[in-house]
Amino acid sequence: MRNAFADELTKLAGEDPRLMFLSGDIGNRLFDKFKASHSNRFINCGVAEANMISMAAGMAMSGLRPIAYTINAFVTVRCLEQIRVDVCYHKAPVIIVGVGAGLSYATLGGTHHSLEDVAMLRVLPGMTIICPADPVEVRLALKAALKHNGPVFIRLGKKGEPVIHQSVPKFSIGKGIVVKPGTDVALLGTGHIFPVALKAAEELERKGISAQVVSLHTVKPLDESLLSEIFSKHTVVATIEEHSIVGGLGGAVAEWLADQTPQKARLLRFGTSDEFFHETGDQDEARKYFGITPEAIAHKVSELHAANLTHR
Amino acid sequence: MSRKIRGKLVEMSHKAGTPHLGSCLSCVDILVASYWSAVKIDPKNPNDPKRDRFILSKGHAAPALYATLANRGFFSTDLLDKFNENGSPLAEQPGPECVPGLELATGSLGHGLSVGIGIAIAGRVQNQSYRVFVVMSDGECNEGSVWEAALIAPAHKLENLITIIDYNKWQATGRSNEVMSLDPFKQKWESFGWSAYEIDGHDLNALTQILANVPDGSGKPIAVIAHTVKGKGISFMQDDNNWHYRSPNEDEVKKAKQELGLI
Repeated sequence: MRNAFADELTKLAGEDPRLMFLSGDIGNRLFDKFKASHSNRFINCGVAEANMISMAAGMAMSGLRPIAYTINAFVTVRCLEQIRVDVCYHKAPVIIVGVGAGLSYATLGGTHHSLEDVAMLRVLPGMTIICPADPVEVRLALKAALKHNGPVFIRLGKKGEPVIHQSVPKFSIGKGIVVKPGTDVALLGTGHIFPVALKAAEELERKGISAQVVSLHTVKPLDESLLSEIFSKHTVVATIEEHSIVGGLGGAVAEWLADQTPQKARLLRFGTSDEFFHETGDQDEARKYFGITPEAIAHKVSELHAANLTHR
Repeated sequence: MSRKIRGKLVEMSHKAGTPHLGSCLSCVDILVASYWSAVKIDPKNPNDPKRDRFILSKGHAAPALYATLANRGFFSTDLLDKFNENGSPLAEQPGPECVPGLELATGSLGHGLSVGIGIAIAGRVQNQSYRVFVVMSDGECNEGSVWEAALIAPAHKLENLITIIDYNKWQATGRSNEVMSLDPFKQKWESFGWSAYEIDGHDLNALTQILANVPDGSGKPIAVIAHTVKGKGISFMQDDNNWHYRSPNEDEVKKAKQELGLI
């Protein structure tokens, strides 16, 4: 994801002279091409995220389109007040890009896990939150964010995530992408954990359950018309994210659901539980711990699907 | 003008029952020197992209900025009488674009200098020669973000940036240097790579001389330690930190205006 981001960023900088790139002292060599062609628009802001976000706001207020980039945990929660006051309160079109979201940096320990950021940014008025499913969506999200006249947060995994979209899909902020059709249950994945949703669907197919899979890349604003349609057609709708089940995509869908007339489908939220991950383990190990693997998801979904059918 | 604005601030604090009068009074001369001598702005064209930017980072002194902007012609002085009333554009601390000429919503301390740096870099990238003025309080320099900003501005040689610190020696509940060691204040900024000055923040000539000379030829951003007195201009408020929170009663308003020679 980060290579796609760096490549697209450099391309877009050539097209848009307003684009500024602010780095929190990461991405060694990753942005060499950007620096070579646009040296005056690259600012290494050092390890000082609060100042970086406020600087970005000042640039946005002055007609530029700044992109502030560093490790996800630090470009969101650490400088939350600067995002709230300088960016959101002023409706400044700053693009915040976090790399290594969720459990991407699982082995680096709890300080580098980032499982609360969506919840904390989602509550800020005017904030748009995009969690791309693959490198193709990363490029599309960045392009769309530059055209959007307000604050945007783009939440990235690390590197080496598989390409999901073999052709370039239609992408707009706030509109989910149906990646695989299905009639019994629906899996709504957001962000770099998306391949797990696709694999869970395969598991379900093996159990004879047809699963629709949607990339709900925009957590805010939610694609409410798509949600209405999905909840009216399926027995189970599962949200899948590498984020706490508190306040992320699952939380957002649950809030939406609470305001609707009773729907056919039951909601299941897959994410990390309300606890820190204290074990030593890589991303796969951590996902197992939290039950966000294809097998665990397929198991729970199939159980609830069966129960919901009997219940009828 | 300083006396006129001080008188208005006392009235506003009394009428609205608002705190921070001492903090307002200490920065009046800095505002007057800025808006009448240094900052290049046109009240008729407040959004001119070429204008100098002025940020009052110590947002709790917003009444002083409102009174300055109104007297400088950005909006009617009548509006000052509606300060802090329900539905008025003038809140205790300013919202974004609440009145013409107001550059930044402030109130939470330690934001203005960083935003100002972003604006200064934007000017450089867009080939504009505008200057950026940021006024901070001494208490505000408790915030870590101020020192993040202090570290990055010299690295980018932002000679069009000036910060003026209203060093009134008090913060909300104590003597500034007893709460956190600011001194040696000028040397701190110098050692961070700023072109630093130390002046009497109530001496309009001294203020004007420095504020009108940005950039100063050093190739560095400028930090001005302006020694001020909290509650300046009114004998029974001067250097008395009770006036961080108190607002004056009718008698005190009268006494204050007499002292200022306004009645």
